Formats: sequence, C-alpha cells, structure tokens
Amino acid sequence: MCGIVGLFLKNPKLEPQLGALLSKMLETMTDRGPDSAGFAVYGSDGVSAASDVKLTLRGPGPEALRAAVSKLEQALDLNVSATERDTHIVLAVPGTREEEIRSWLKTNAPGIDVVSAGRRMEIYKEVGLPASVAERFALETMAGTHGIGHTRMATESAVTTNGAHPFSTGTDECLVHNGSLSNHNDLRRRLRREGLNFATQNDTEVAAGYLSWRMREGASLKEALESSLSDLDGFFTFVVGTENGFAVVRDPIACKPAVMAETDDYVAFGSEYRALVGLPGIDQARVFEPEPARVYAWERSTADHASGERH
Amino acid sequence: MPTFDLRTASLRELNRALHALRPDTNETHWTITGPDGAHAIAAGLDAPVSVEIEGNVGYYCAGMNKLATVLVNGNAGVGVAENMISGLVHVRGDASQSAGATAHGGLLIVDGNAGARCGISMKGIDIVVKGSVGHMSAFMAQAGTLTVLGDAGEALGDSLYEAKLYVRGSVTSLGADCIEKEMRDEHRKDIAEKLAAAGLAGEVDPSEFRRYGSARSLYHFHVDNAGAY
Repeated sequence: MCGIVGLFLKNPKLEPQLGALLSKMLETMTDRGPDSAGFAVYGSDGVSAASDVKLTLRGPGPEALRAAVSKLEQALDLNVSATERDTHIVLAVPGTREEEIRSWLKTNAPGIDVVSAGRRMEIYKEVGLPASVAERFALETMAGTHGIGHTRMATESAVTTNGAHPFSTGTDECLVHNGSLSNHNDLRRRLRREGLNFATQNDTEVAAGYLSWRMREGASLKEALESSLSDLDGFFTFVVGTENGFAVVRDPIACKPAVMAETDDYVAFGSEYRALVGLPGIDQARVFEPEPARVYAWERSTADHASGERH
Repeated sequence: MPTFDLRTASLRELNRALHALRPDTNETHWTITGPDGAHAIAAGLDAPVSVEIEGNVGYYCAGMNKLATVLVNGNAGVGVAENMISGLVHVRGDASQSAGATAHGGLLIVDGNAGARCGISMKGIDIVVKGSVGHMSAFMAQAGTLTVLGDAGEALGDSLYEAKLYVRGSVTSLGADCIEKEMRDEHRKDIAEKLAAAGLAGEVDPSEFRRYGSARSLYHFHVDNAGAY
C-alpha cells in the first residue's frame, strides 16, 4: 500500500515549521505503511560556500559513523563539519572532492552508505514506525523550504533500510513512489550504459535514476516527468523534489491515491486527505485530486520565493 | 438532533450509535463535525434518518447505505456510497474514485466532479454528477443511470451491461462495447426525472444530453466462440 506526503512552502515564514508539519503528515500515514519510513528535507540555507556539498551518510550507529568520518578526515587530509542524527550523519564537504570521498567510503567503510548528496537536501530513512523514525532524527526541529516523505508497507521485498524511500540518484534530487514498475530491469540496464549507478534492485530507484538522467540531458523537471509517462511501465504516483522544485505525477490509470491542497502559503500532497488536516488554513485551501497523466510542478525562483504552478 | 464531533469522540462510537437506530427513532437528524478525512463515516446505515457531515470525508463514506440521507458538506474520498441499497447521498464538493461503485439503488448526487471509475459495476443506483467524471466510469455497469452534466473521461462504459449513461458534455472515448444510442422521449423524460431528483428541475434542458449504452455484443454468448471453451 504505502503512503506518501509532500510539502512545498511558498511563504518563507512557514520555513521554521517545515519539519514539524511534515512529521505530522508522515505519522498520519502510518496506517498505509508501518514498516519503514523516510524523508527528504530541503534546508532553508544549504551549505555555506557555493562549491560545497552536503553528504548524508547512514551507518549502523553514531560511534561507527564518527569513527569512519575521523578516519576519512585523516586519510584524505580533510576537515569536514559533521552533524550527527542517530544512524545518519551529514557532512559538508568541498564539491570537488565528492567523488574521492565516495570512493574512499566504498572501499574503507563497509556498512556505511551515502544516502544523498545536495546543496540543500538531506535524506533520512529507517525501519520502524513513522513516528519513531521521525523522532529519532528530530524531524520536528528541521527547517526548510520543502520536503517529501514516505511510509512503507513492504509487499515484494524485505523490510530493510535500503528498500525505504526516498531514493536519490542525483544531487539535490529525490523521489518517493507509491506503486510498482514492471520495466525496471530493462531500464536499469539502459541507464547503467548511460553511466548511472544503482545501489539496489528496487524499481523506485530506477525511476529516480531515469529522472536524473533526463534532467542531466537538459530536460526540466516537468519535461522529465512528462517523458516518464511513456518510458515507465507500471503504476505509480510520484512526488519529486529538486533543489528548487517540487512535482507530482500519476500514471494514466491512476491506481494509487493522491490528494493535493494549495493555498497562498504552500502546496501539499498526501496519499489521503487525512495527511493534510493538520496544515494551517487547510479549511480554506483548494483541495483537489491530481488528474492522471498530468504533471504538476512548482518551482522556487532564485530570488527565493515560490512561483506558481507551471504546466 | 444529536451532534457528534469526531475530534473528541471516536468513529467507532459514532457508527455504533447510528447502527443502533430503530426505524421509528426520534433522532432523525444527525450532525457530524471534524470528519478530517476519516474513513467509513456513516457507513452501513439502515434507518430513515439524515446525517449531515461538516467537512471532508475519507474512503467509503455512506457505504452500504440503506434508507438514510447522508449529506457531505465537503469532498469525499474513494468509494463514497459504494454498494448503496437505497436512500440519498449528496456530496457538495468533489468525489474521488469509484463513487457509487457496485450500488444497487438510491440516489448519489455529486455537486462537483467525480474521479475515475464513477459508477463502476453499478447495479441499479442513480448517479447525478453536476461536474465531470474521470476515466473508466460506469465500467461493467449493470443497471441504473449515470447522468453527467459535464464531460466524461476515457473509456466510458467499458464492458457495459444494461445501465443507461447520459452525458451532456464531451466524452473522451467510449470503452469496449459501449455505443451512442438514439435519444427518444422516454430518455428525455428519464433524464428530467433524475435532474428533478437532484434539485435541478427546469435548470438544465434534458435534450442537451446524449445517451450511451451497451452494444450487447460482449455479454451474450456467441456460437462462433463455442470452440474457445
């Protein structure tokens, strides 16, 4: 079944509350996915220098992560600033050295995965009830411009953290998915030839990789999602985040549920309306069901305020 | 005139109280506040009472309804009035997918739009949608009427049996074995009745509708197919 939620703020005044609002939405979707949960938050400020990037690492626990980071600093002669959150740690590193760091971790730090990379995005995911996952990472305290979350009810594969959403295959890009894809094996092979890396056998990761590839080739988020409608086979409702964008698309059959609400202050997505009832001013919001095979996309301009929906 | 606030009382408590109503009850008008998208609100009613819900409801609201009138002052989630037997369900906002699914009787009115699969497998219900309906509406519909004042999406009436479909606006495409049929006086009269029941008497001209029904080539056994079994 699974539940997905998303919140994209237009009004900067709400940014300090993003985590608190998202955490309530996520918790409401526990009935749809009690096995594991995950979320991506796009922080208000991002990394300080233009050339820096945030890497979110996941490991067995805080000690193991701390030890790996200090070895990493010694081995590569780096001084990284690290923020610990339970089984995850966020490192701010120079973008020019990202590949070097990734390959060092791969060889020297087994059991530690790079969950995401971005100037603003951080991804957290764990096995367990959504409320406890949100609490472990103190989602409530996080500020940001937009965020997406997922609660998983495992049906096809084991309940593992690797199978939890969101999936990220590009800098500041992530995706959550409700549904299942049937041509993911073929598409994964083709995308590997295009130079994309996949960490799992999961169908959703392929969808994320597909969008990353399309955007790398010059497509906008909206264009990438439009072409996904003909290139992905299966059923899906996707919610996608980029550094400044937020988008929703459903397959043409629209098997999986979706409700959206829009006000002057925000755009919100929920698998069910229940997930949206805690949002401020929801009684006055325009509540609608996104149409099948239609891409809904919102983008923040670089001037740092949100522009309207672009079709 | 009982009032129930679902933010302070549980849904189970509410439905239990509604199910306990006797046919001759004096508590004939119920108001429910704070529905907050909860599922199965006022499902399984079996008494001639009216229930007014102030806000948006979740899945299967007024499902299996018998005799009761349920008014939703908001939007309804998946499967509103599914398997209704009799009575009236009126959604003031939009309805999600599968509105009126499998319902045997009664009247479902949607003031806004209904999503995909409106009236799927309907078995005798009358549905009036003042807006538009989504794709695959009236899929395998067996009996009853679906009257749409707006447009219908793709594959209307796919694998249709004997339900009557009236659409005033455009139809994106017809499903397998669904065809347009001639509008005769009896159909205009039928539409006028449904419109009147939905409170639209005199507001909409029945002759603006087109009628769709089954070509009856799918569900009759054809001797040429004997070898296939």
